[in-house]
Amino acid sequence: MATVDIELAGWALDEARRNGASAAEVLCVTAESLAAGVRLGEVEKLKSSRERRLGLRVFCEQSSATSSTAELERDSLGDFVADTVQLARLSAADPWAGLPDPSMHPKSLPELSLADPDSGIVTADRALEIARIAETAALKFDPCMKNSEGAEFSSGRYQVLFVNSQGFSGEYSGTSYSLVVAPIAQDGETMQQGFWYTSNRRFGKLEDAESVGITAAKRAIRRLGARKIKTTRAPIVFDPDMAAGLIRSIAGAASGPSLYKGASFLLGQLGKSIAAPGVTIIDDALIRGGLGSKPFDGEGLPTSRKNLVDKGVLATYLLDCYSARKLGLAPTGNAARSVGEAPSVSTGNLYLEPGLYTPAQIIGSVKEGLYLTETIGFGVNLVTGDYSRGAGGIWIENGELAYPVNEITIAGNLKEMMAGVEMIGNDLNWRSSTAAPTIKIAEMTIAGA
Amino acid sequence: MSNELVAPDKFFLNRFGMNHGALERILGSALERKADYADLYFEYRSAEGLGLEESMVNHTSKSVSHGVGVRVCAEDRTGYAYSDEVTIDRMRLAAEAARAIADQRGTAPAAVQVGAPVARHALYDLDSTPLEVPVDERARLLSEIDRVVRASDSRVKNVMASFACERKIVMVVNSDGQVAADVQPLCRLNVTVIADDGKGRQMGSYGGGGRVEWNYFIENDRWREYALEAARQAIVNLDAVDAPAGEMVVVLGPGWPGILLHEAIGHGLEGDFNRKGVSAFANRIGQKVASELCTVIDDGTIPNRRGSLNVDDEGTPTSRTVLIEKGILRGYLQDRMNARLMKMAPTGNGRRESFAHSPMPRMTNTFMLNGESTPEEIIKSVQHGLYAVSFGGGQVDITNGKFVFSASEAYLIEDGRVTRPVKGATLIGNGPDVLTRVSMVGNNLALDAGVGTCGKDGQSVPVGVGLPTIRIDGITVGGTRA
Repeated sequence: MATVDIELAGWALDEARRNGASAAEVLCVTAESLAAGVRLGEVEKLKSSRERRLGLRVFCEQSSATSSTAELERDSLGDFVADTVQLARLSAADPWAGLPDPSMHPKSLPELSLADPDSGIVTADRALEIARIAETAALKFDPCMKNSEGAEFSSGRYQVLFVNSQGFSGEYSGTSYSLVVAPIAQDGETMQQGFWYTSNRRFGKLEDAESVGITAAKRAIRRLGARKIKTTRAPIVFDPDMAAGLIRSIAGAASGPSLYKGASFLLGQLGKSIAAPGVTIIDDALIRGGLGSKPFDGEGLPTSRKNLVDKGVLATYLLDCYSARKLGLAPTGNAARSVGEAPSVSTGNLYLEPGLYTPAQIIGSVKEGLYLTETIGFGVNLVTGDYSRGAGGIWIENGELAYPVNEITIAGNLKEMMAGVEMIGNDLNWRSSTAAPTIKIAEMTIAGA
Repeated sequence: MSNELVAPDKFFLNRFGMNHGALERILGSALERKADYADLYFEYRSAEGLGLEESMVNHTSKSVSHGVGVRVCAEDRTGYAYSDEVTIDRMRLAAEAARAIADQRGTAPAAVQVGAPVARHALYDLDSTPLEVPVDERARLLSEIDRVVRASDSRVKNVMASFACERKIVMVVNSDGQVAADVQPLCRLNVTVIADDGKGRQMGSYGGGGRVEWNYFIENDRWREYALEAARQAIVNLDAVDAPAGEMVVVLGPGWPGILLHEAIGHGLEGDFNRKGVSAFANRIGQKVASELCTVIDDGTIPNRRGSLNVDDEGTPTSRTVLIEKGILRGYLQDRMNARLMKMAPTGNGRRESFAHSPMPRMTNTFMLNGESTPEEIIKSVQHGLYAVSFGGGQVDITNGKFVFSASEAYLIEDGRVTRPVKGATLIGNGPDVLTRVSMVGNNLALDAGVGTCGKDGQSVPVGVGLPTIRIDGITVGGTRA
């Protein structure tokens, strides 16, 4: 971290106090990135970025305000801090507001290998070459691969500095690399896009570009000829990405702000069974090199590994300080922070503990049902748990993938869906900060023709 | 402040110490590798937010952001670089990064000469924006909303209200020498209500806004309408029964259900997808894609609307584009690059989220024109179906044309009458096909209240939608009752 940022952050804290704030926090984020894309083998886009922002939260006793600015010259920053303190005075005194209990700040921070020691920002030429390898592999895979929305490689690095007026100071830096490919398969009049990606904090740990392209092509081709099926009730096998989406919804409903607002179907469920006994969902922010890892949370509290759901029982809520105080519980180190926003709640690396079955065994157990590979839309109601989303996938007949289906919906209630998890796969792979293996849900409504 | 409103182009030149000569040199540098086109987009955004929870206005926030984006276009290639430090040095570095996209294949560019600002609409020349209204006055309105909602029904358990306002000053300078500048106010009032009747819990949300003054919310008691509407939705849903599953006749109510057009038609008609041939609507201009009752328009020139702009984010004045005329596909939504490559005219639909993003074709306000049926006739015509009046979000896969939108308030229609409320359900259809099934169009076109945000390729922009009551003869409803 540049010393200029530490000095600036300290200066901003002093300014806040000088203007009458009783407590304050400063978050500085510096980020740089380069993305390069090809389409049909030709260079299509280059994007380079550089950002440096300062976020502030100030308290005047129990009243608070948050702010952010890109104007980091001391004159304008000084005025901005004064304006923020003034704004805090105008907000209501909230008995639950405030910085964390100072004794909860960590004395030392874990080293989590968030930055690639060997690679920084990948040059445009190299990025284009990688994107081209992936797209070419997709387009060459089969004659029906006739078009493309392109392939893009991006790399970035960022630094985070967080200080508060009760002596906590922490910083970390990280890198990220990703490759996405979106080729299109065509069969007569119909087109289907395939989409696949790889993402890692280490350049060298990305999945091979050629195999990312081939996977994307396969995913496009297997959607060709999709039909609508008759409305029915049937078992649904969620592929790993779809299963990850499901546990993300559970984490959303278990997060403090949803709970204290009364906007969660998991209200009052702590310590109760909310899923089948085989379901254990873990939130671990301390995995070395994990995409969701961080050494401290958005309020300067230690992060941890914990079971969110333990053998089907809701074992903890996910809390920042504010929601913890509201609910009469201890914060869980899940405060998320972006520059200029008040703390919210997020998970670190969230995953469903893998089970014993291979994906083939799970599909093989279904006489007639849906292998779900895509959902579309936002039809998840966390207040009631009601779930209704557009869907696509492959119809299973007698334990085998038979033909693609789309323009259907799947519907149920998250509570019943989680209770209906019958089988859990052994295929856990990390490609984002939330991951899950293949799972099978006993029965849901599928609406079609 | 008043200077900024009068001459936004002068704002950047003064504030960041720029002059036309410096801008010409940077654009010249951007074009150096024989690119076709380059532009600079300057943005200065101030925003404030207030939030009420549990009867306290306990969230206040403000932000100031600024930055500049340099774009270089060569044939169908785009180089983009941005910085939040608006200095000549940073812009020169950005120009060097962005111009790497060009490969010396084009013709040598002529020298850039920056001219006077281009003409723009005057759709939201406000006397003042809500940013100038004292914070405590804004806070008082949120407290009043809380009081009104809680007094309206004993089943109200929680009220959340927020007011967000911003002012964006933008300037686009391009290598053709055009300068366009604009001041873009935008605000939004939102109310969310949680109701609980001891048996279950439901949420209702409503709100509105636009490029309007503070008084917009006060006149005609609009704030009260938003507040009571959010409470009504939450309470109606307490009695909701399981939604039906399967294909059936669906009647969409007026206004916000126009999200159907946005997802089913709008995205598929954006120029970039059609140039690349990846949209289910590619090469279908002149073909019948809807029943002759349907005429669909995208119009960025409606005064004070959330989706309207005086100039788009490439400096082109916005316009009214006929997308579908009596069922025939007529036009695409274009930005400069895709219009040039498709040999069509730009339609003023080149938009971006901020200086950190390159522009692309986006919708503004998208709606269907009135038909001749009354809403009552339409409902009465349905033996068995669904009447959907309010929606959450929607999404589309533009390549296969499948789209969804999720009803948050819907009722059964039985024997020509609206009967019981049903739980929220996702509706799924096929874009190029769904409007061919429109068999009745109402005479009650309404635009939404001004809360829409559209996401594409990671960029969010404010949009509007509108619809009269319509009848669709068959769309799949994703309930649980098979």
